[in-house]
Amino acid sequence: MTGKLGLDPALVARARELARRAGRPVVELARSHTTVSVERAVLRLAGVSGADPDGIPWVNRLVDAVVADVGLGHGVAVPVFDALVREGITDVTLLAQKAAAGSVRFDQPTGRAATAARRAARRSVGVGVRRVDRRRAERDRLVKRYGDPAQRPWIYLIVATGDIYEDIPQAQAAARAGADVIAVIRSTGQSLLDYVPEGATREGFAGTYATQENFRLMRAALDVSSRELGRYVRLTNYASGLCMPEMATLAGLERLDMMLNDSMYGILFRDINPIRTFVDQRFSRQVHARAGIIINTGEDNYLTTADAVDEAHTVTVSQLLNEYFAHEAGLADWQLGLGHAFEINPDVPESLRLELAHALLARELFPDAPLKWMPPTKHMTGDVFRGNLLDGFFNLVGAMTGQGILLVGMMTEAVVTPWLSDRDIAVQNVRYVLGAAGGLHEDFVPASGGFIQQRANRVLGEAVDLLERIGEQSLLSAIAEGTFGIMKRPADRGKGLAGVARHEADYYNPATEILEAA
Amino acid sequence: MSTVERKIVRPYGDTTGDGMVQVSFTLPVPHDKRAEGAAVQLANKMGMDPAMLVHAKQMGDGFTFFVVYGRVNHLVDLAAVQVVERDFPLLGAKEVNAVVKQKLRRKLSVVGACIGTDAHTVGIDAILNVKGIAGEKGLEYYRELKVTNLGAQVSVPELVEAARQERADAVLVSQVVTQRDAHLHNTREMSAAFREALPAGKRPLLIVGGPRFDETMTGELGVDRIFGRGTTPGEVASYLVHALITNKRAK
Repeated sequence: MTGKLGLDPALVARARELARRAGRPVVELARSHTTVSVERAVLRLAGVSGADPDGIPWVNRLVDAVVADVGLGHGVAVPVFDALVREGITDVTLLAQKAAAGSVRFDQPTGRAATAARRAARRSVGVGVRRVDRRRAERDRLVKRYGDPAQRPWIYLIVATGDIYEDIPQAQAAARAGADVIAVIRSTGQSLLDYVPEGATREGFAGTYATQENFRLMRAALDVSSRELGRYVRLTNYASGLCMPEMATLAGLERLDMMLNDSMYGILFRDINPIRTFVDQRFSRQVHARAGIIINTGEDNYLTTADAVDEAHTVTVSQLLNEYFAHEAGLADWQLGLGHAFEINPDVPESLRLELAHALLARELFPDAPLKWMPPTKHMTGDVFRGNLLDGFFNLVGAMTGQGILLVGMMTEAVVTPWLSDRDIAVQNVRYVLGAAGGLHEDFVPASGGFIQQRANRVLGEAVDLLERIGEQSLLSAIAEGTFGIMKRPADRGKGLAGVARHEADYYNPATEILEAA
Repeated sequence: MSTVERKIVRPYGDTTGDGMVQVSFTLPVPHDKRAEGAAVQLANKMGMDPAMLVHAKQMGDGFTFFVVYGRVNHLVDLAAVQVVERDFPLLGAKEVNAVVKQKLRRKLSVVGACIGTDAHTVGIDAILNVKGIAGEKGLEYYRELKVTNLGAQVSVPELVEAARQERADAVLVSQVVTQRDAHLHNTREMSAAFREALPAGKRPLLIVGGPRFDETMTGELGVDRIFGRGTTPGEVASYLVHALITNKRAK
């Protein structure tokens, strides 16, 4: 596999081996801990839904009640299903309501009672997992009926009004204008909410709240668009922040098609506790694997805080780690929308050639992954004319290096949330470039030993060096010391730490058991 | 405010005084003759006469995008322009460090954050991180400044507490999200909290920055200084030295 860049196969294999070595202790950590959000996701699969009159979901009330009585370390499944038997009821949501009223006590049973509770929990969660399976089969059927987009990369457009009923016509208009994937940006505060809001929402800040009902409404609307347009229009949201496992679960239950799901983004950019993030990550990726959801990782973000040339290798390192964590959780290569971005300062000499080198490196390292190519943001100024040109070059690099998913850049990035006309101009830009040069990746083979090959090999070399250094200490200390995106994030700090517990000897999670059996 | 000699100018296309401008906008109507007439009417009302409609394109079902070139009849009086001019000397990092060391005789403590739901740390990071922006190093690079960057989505009470703990001489807040005027509400909430929590003499210098602030609104927002788009770390450092040491206000 020397390919277009003449990469040394031994060095590539070494990079993967080092990523595995750096990632494995983190997987062990994830396998031996649980979080409140993982447990809430289990309850959602078991059918708990709705919220109390204050808008706090019943899954939160139920997990809080169990934790107050027996702690988090046993997992909530057994105490909950044990209490169901004792209370003589079958509806778990009803149990949550009783628990919130303080009329139920939870125990961690042993012996025969524990076995019975495990069996009941597994049966109940199995119903939820089968619903996810049916959603996946439904997607396969619809893709077969309506078809995939005619071209690669798929065109990915963002909608963000704050009001789901405004988002819907905008998303449908975007699909008609050529979008293959619609992403509904979340309200800025949501990643740090330790619960998932309920119902259809009409207010948000710079985005729309992710809720199960909003997921359902938008998916149904895009099904209508898919029928109208004769191609399956995909829907994206975010499995990130403190409720990552629940978001993944709701996405599976409502047939979302892609989810942003990065292994380190929450740690670095939202100051969420590293252990909380890695535990939540693993569970959410197992759900995505089962649901046939394509994950999008967030390497583009490193380049918005760090220099895109000096730190290009941190993107490669993160991609390799994301790949390892994804494979470990059961995701297939076609589900890995590994991220990277066009963020080199346009004033740097040869910036386009550097971009080509970096983009092609990702393409060659991960030949079967639908790479997600992210547009310039850091060097977009209020000069919309220059911005439009920069976006054109971004689109060109995407076409020349065979990217899988192209997030459409807006010339008004950093100026306003996109106007109707901004989106139209941006899509026109993409269509022109893909129409004029869509097959250029077939002809584009950088000169042997030339600038692009040298640069790509150098970035890979730096990535291997960094992975060696991480291997000597550990991934957690690398994160603590600010290796990625400059942020320093120690493992004993950050938001959401209180919701993490080490497994007790009798920890039981029926969802993990079912997902890992597959 | 500075005074400029009275001078009238008009926009410049390719000849002095031609008054030519170019605008683009969308009207919620399908593209037809009437739509083009409507676009010209709007341009006329904006003071463009004659207005040349050079591009019209329908988007979706009921919208049309227009580009219009034309001559505006408005005059600009430079003497009547009101802006906040830099009223402090620009110092290099060495000079900043020297002044702090000689006159303050301790490190100057700066606490920075993005408050409210705003998660865009690009601005505060550009000013505070060693990395800086456009080749200019951030405040962390200044030996005599002690910088605490709290990062994103910091609540106002957390910020006040951190400022107290760090004995902050100055608090820097960055706000990018402007939906529903969030940047203005957050800033007012922040300045009110500091007024409530600390007596006048103990209150740190309050500085807010972001691309969408009006730099003349300091009084209205209850802050000491507003920095807009394009501000560099050096400007902020120079202002800190000016406001806290060389031209210390009577607080």
